Amino acid sequence: MTSVSPAPAPAPAHPGRRRRPSPRRIGLQAARIALALFFSFPIVFMLVSSFKPDQQIFGDLDGIKAFLPVGHLSLDNYTGVFDRVPAVRFLLNSIGISAITVALSIFINSLAAFALSRMRWRGKKIVLTAVIATLIVPFETFALPMVWWVNKLPWLQLDGGRLIVTEGWLDTYQVQILPFVANAMFIFLFHQYFQSIPKELDEAAVLDGASWFGIYRRIVMPLSGPAIATVAILAFLPMWNAYLWPLMVVQSEDLRPVMIGIDYFVQTNPSWGEIMAYSSMITVPVLALFVAFQRAFVSSIASSGVKG
Amino acid sequence: MESRTRRLAVSSIAALAAAALVAGCGGSGSTGSSGADGNTLTLWTHNAGNAAEYGVVKQVVKDFNASQSKYKVKIQAFPQGSYNDSVVAAASAKKLPCLLDVDGPNVPNWAWGGYLAPLDLSKGQVAVKDQLPSTVATYKGKTYGFGFYDVALTMYSRKSVLKKYDIRIPTLDKPWTKDEFSDALAKLKASGKFKNTLDLGTGDPGEWWPYAYSPLLQSFGGDLIDRSAYKTAKGALNGENAVEWGKWFRSMVTKGYAPQKSSKSPADDFRNGKTAIQWDGSWSAQANTDKFGSDLAILPPVDFGDGPKIGGASWQWGMSSTCANKEGAQAYLNFSRQTKYFVDFAKATNTIAATDAAAQQVKGYETGGQFNIFLKEAQKFAVVRPVTPAYPYISTVFSKTAMDIMAGADVKGALDQAVSQIDNNLATNNYSTGS
Repeated sequence: MTSVSPAPAPAPAHPGRRRRPSPRRIGLQAARIALALFFSFPIVFMLVSSFKPDQQIFGDLDGIKAFLPVGHLSLDNYTGVFDRVPAVRFLLNSIGISAITVALSIFINSLAAFALSRMRWRGKKIVLTAVIATLIVPFETFALPMVWWVNKLPWLQLDGGRLIVTEGWLDTYQVQILPFVANAMFIFLFHQYFQSIPKELDEAAVLDGASWFGIYRRIVMPLSGPAIATVAILAFLPMWNAYLWPLMVVQSEDLRPVMIGIDYFVQTNPSWGEIMAYSSMITVPVLALFVAFQRAFVSSIASSGVKG
Repeated sequence: MESRTRRLAVSSIAALAAAALVAGCGGSGSTGSSGADGNTLTLWTHNAGNAAEYGVVKQVVKDFNASQSKYKVKIQAFPQGSYNDSVVAAASAKKLPCLLDVDGPNVPNWAWGGYLAPLDLSKGQVAVKDQLPSTVATYKGKTYGFGFYDVALTMYSRKSVLKKYDIRIPTLDKPWTKDEFSDALAKLKASGKFKNTLDLGTGDPGEWWPYAYSPLLQSFGGDLIDRSAYKTAKGALNGENAVEWGKWFRSMVTKGYAPQKSSKSPADDFRNGKTAIQWDGSWSAQANTDKFGSDLAILPPVDFGDGPKIGGASWQWGMSSTCANKEGAQAYLNFSRQTKYFVDFAKATNTIAATDAAAQQVKGYETGGQFNIFLKEAQKFAVVRPVTPAYPYISTVFSKTAMDIMAGADVKGALDQAVSQIDNNLATNNYSTGS
């Protein structure tokens, strides 16, 4: 038996002196920095402008000052936001709606994909094709008919201790969540990922007496981390950015999500400082989330071959 | 395991079928009426986020609810930017409220579409005949909406600037002619002191385009549609006068007077001294006065040949056709027609009160007041946008055409195409004679 020891690190060509980076490397780094700056400009502008009065925002537009925290800076715009919009309520609504949709999306779509990928039943290829075919229909084309449908759907409600069936989901939380739980793209993503998990694991589990749900819960899902992360992120973003659907189906202010809040600032004379402050408030949490899960996000997108 | 799967599938289907059956049996069914639960009426307003005007709406509702015990009005406020979409979606689901506000030019379309019911405003304190004509919306001889205020288009400049470059300050009785205006722009441009000699506010893509630029077209002698029968735009929108307007409109960019696309806040550019003359509305008057004081010059629109023109009609109130309690809705609307509310709305929104009596009680708008010019402009120059259900379509086509012209499209070709599109739409909808 031969022992393997780690190869020693190559000695520097000139001990005591650092290697000078090559011009190519310097050029690449400079290009990266320039690109990073370029893409961060809108966010920097938004954050910086959120502390400036309107007149100064437009006064600074001609130069680099637009991106610098200079001049009269204050928290007035943030105070104005809370005077104009129930921002905390909207944020909590969006967090709740997005979180519940993500959780249900992962559960329901993975179950559907599990049935399509692991179980044997007649016609599953046709069902999978039909599910994938729905991807070509854009939401805007069926948004209005869907309003009609959700207005006809039943719901169970407690009324004085009695469970009654009511008609219509308009102006509720469920109308913002349930229509978006089942998603053909997510079923497809899970299906593709489940296909890569060896079927022998199922057979071994069956021999051990596992049920289909046991296989799903104990074997397939624990091995599907990247697919779950991808679906979680892809489900979260559109729910956080939801605009058209909530404005069509929600009338009560208490139920509105964050993006509808932007419209509160679109008046005859809009306050751009307040718009920037509100935009910062609803963007920064998503950015923080992205930075925290950056590695998982990049790897999950790369492994699934899907661009958001 | 397969039998277990089958059992699971069968029981799932059974559960779904049971739920569907229960839903079918338990549903209350669509009654075709909405917006009221007994004597509690729902009111929708576009004022979420606009504390000043919303405050007055709340006050009127509070006063109405306190004034009697039969009806109760409940408010739901929507942000202006998405209000129309919310109303259209609610109409498709037959869930309109009893009372709602509506942007004036949309009233014929909403009346034709069956969203709105005609009003009987004879029991209000303020008589309809005392209102500015542009604040009462009629369609096919019936009144469908009324507003508490209107706004006026105007030009802003600074007296000191005009004086310095030897430019006459125009008045209501003697507005600038086209030549005088051209001369003024040339002098201001030659000074090299301003980033924008003229700012037409072209950065706002919405209803601003037809509201702000169709009066210029009308001052040239053109129009959005032939108003004799509302059946074609031919001649009005692509005739000689309209082409003249298009060439002039484009020339503002080619001569370097106006930016092809204004910034997001032309009013701030004016107040920052970047703009010499700004085409704007009465809503900016107070902020401009706060900045420039007595140096602010509020100028009437230019007479391009057919007299100065401005757009008319702002937000108005109406009642839905599906309202389950029309009597209550009428009671509320008539209650709201008190001079004090016309005054309150005008004060809150810095707009022109819809009646003379109310305008006299709004500081600045009284006879001799610095903003009284807006009331006179509304009385003398206002042209309501075409009273046709096709207006939303005409508005979209005109906006796109005007944008194309400003970007350098062939004027005659662009206007001919606009006429063809509008006429097709009118014909497709049977000239809006359906209801």
